[in-house]
Amino acid sequence: MKSVFIEAVGIAAPGFASWTEARQVLAGHVQYNDVPLPPHQPALLPPNERRRATPAVRLAFQAAEDAMKMTQRPPADLATVFASSDADLNIIHRISTALTITPRLVSPTDFHNSVHNAAAGYWSIAVGSRAPSSTLSAYDSSFAAGLLEACLLTQIDGHDTLLVAFDLPPPEPMLAKRPIGCPAAVALVLTHERQPNSLAEIRCAATTQSESALTDPALEALRLRNPATRALPLLEHLAAQRSGRIVLPSARDNLAVELSLV
Amino acid sequence: MRPLPISAYTVTSALGAGRAAHLHALRSGATGLRKLAFDTNTLDCWLGEVEGLGNALTGESARWDCRNNRLAALALRQDGFEDSVRRCRDRYGAARVGVFIGTSTSGVHHTEIAYRERDASTNALPDWFDHRHTQNIFSVADFVAAWLGLAGPAFAISTACSSSAKVFAAASRAIAAGACDAAVVGGVDSLCLTTLHGFNSLQLVSADICRPADAARNGISIGEAGGFALLEPDAGTPVRLIGYGESSDAYHMSSPEPDGRGAIASMQAALARGGVEPHQVDYINLHGTGTVANDNAEARGVCTVFGAGTPCSSTKGWTGHTLGAAGIVESAISLLAIEHGFLPRSLNTRSKDPAIEAGILLESRNGSVDRVLSNSFGFGGSNCSLLFGKTP
Repeated sequence: MKSVFIEAVGIAAPGFASWTEARQVLAGHVQYNDVPLPPHQPALLPPNERRRATPAVRLAFQAAEDAMKMTQRPPADLATVFASSDADLNIIHRISTALTITPRLVSPTDFHNSVHNAAAGYWSIAVGSRAPSSTLSAYDSSFAAGLLEACLLTQIDGHDTLLVAFDLPPPEPMLAKRPIGCPAAVALVLTHERQPNSLAEIRCAATTQSESALTDPALEALRLRNPATRALPLLEHLAAQRSGRIVLPSARDNLAVELSLV
Repeated sequence: MRPLPISAYTVTSALGAGRAAHLHALRSGATGLRKLAFDTNTLDCWLGEVEGLGNALTGESARWDCRNNRLAALALRQDGFEDSVRRCRDRYGAARVGVFIGTSTSGVHHTEIAYRERDASTNALPDWFDHRHTQNIFSVADFVAAWLGLAGPAFAISTACSSSAKVFAAASRAIAAGACDAAVVGGVDSLCLTTLHGFNSLQLVSADICRPADAARNGISIGEAGGFALLEPDAGTPVRLIGYGESSDAYHMSSPEPDGRGAIASMQAALARGGVEPHQVDYINLHGTGTVANDNAEARGVCTVFGAGTPCSSTKGWTGHTLGAAGIVESAISLLAIEHGFLPRSLNTRSKDPAIEAGILLESRNGSVDRVLSNSFGFGGSNCSLLFGKTP
């Protein structure tokens, strides 16, 4: 597969309210401090949509808006890929609970927010983008699947692309069945051509090698707490400004990412 | 784009299991929609239910058991599809065949049942409930890959009702980039109370049968379906994918942009990618849900791109709206139209809405069909148009 270029990074996770904070920790300059992620008010959403946006949508927006700070590119020009194992299990919980009660009253707002592509829909409305957008899931491998699809949209269809991976913990009793340990979202802006502000060039390929881990135990724990934070080994290379090979977990064969600084 | 041959395809819906059942129903004008009981549903509506989903998956497949994966397994067993995939896998190797499956709700009906059986004192979900292999969106793609013994790139696309159209675009890109040599695409969505009551809460479920483009239409009939296609770049088969277009409405989460601007963008992108002029398209399979808003907006978009002369119809009067499976169902119908020279009418449409200027087919027609455009649109303003053509 041909290469694409990373132009911007965004993150929202415990201890990482922004990429500016995260890069200091991931580069090894500052100790990781596992503090809860404060709630986010999406700056880009119109008032109607802001009122209806769920915590999952706000989480996706937090990382996406963070990434947009690093690029001059108008967000409406970007295709999007949203990657999430479960999008919003809070809503599935509320609807499944409502369906056990007579009469069965499902909230219309809950229903339209229940689609896996709700964040993508809100984003296209927020930035006024008619560009192609995909939303996918690959369980714990959702970040690698999203990265692959974003690279394909960029290199084959020629769209510069915003990738957003996000997941958040469901409420009980679902949490026991799907133990996502913390809310987290990661965003990347990928471009087809090398730009003056490109951070790195990446090239993806399937591999049977095992997935990359992080050496810091607290960061390694964070990597395993959420499908989106499976991206951390890639982000660590960007933070430390280090070229190298990162292996991301994938559903069958894993996904190797050759990263070269530019 | 380089045209992508479709070496095998199959579909299972309320019309029956496999292509022959679909061709027969489309030719005879017999709907698959019924007023019937599903689970504990009490809503007064027509449903497109697939028969034969009563038996649990067993053996290595047991952990995947839920209505959605049972439907996937039933659909995979039709039309020699498994044999075609086996031949493809032997040729390229399991790791070189991708799996891209669309679904909107995956196995959520399994979760609905689990919530009824929560422990009265602890509120815990029952031990039998396996979220990962049933309700999770990826479950169906993972199941299909395991069932077919494939190990290439795999993910589930979930963009509501455009899901299993967009899998063709994803697979086409993956093959073009060399991420895989061939791909299984498909879609599976099964009946559940979440979508019945959800669409009902938005006042989009009709008590009447789905009547696309009809002057008195008032909503959707929900159906379920599963279907698959095998995309192989150097297969010498009669039909192929020649274009795809994707766009966003940027308008509203659950209503289409009234002038169909997002739809126009996806249709034009499909034509451009296929190098096809609008007049070269012989038939359009509409998204045509039977809601007032969708059918008006889509018809406006179609007239902007094609004018009012291109024959078009929605086939949801036959199958119901199969949501995340609509893309693959209507792709299969489009391929049947090309292979058998047949244009299906807009079933249940009595008199065309005067506000709709598009060339809605009120009678089915025989004739040569070289190129078909199929539209699939979803909540969140997610649009996908696919262009299929006959191999010269």
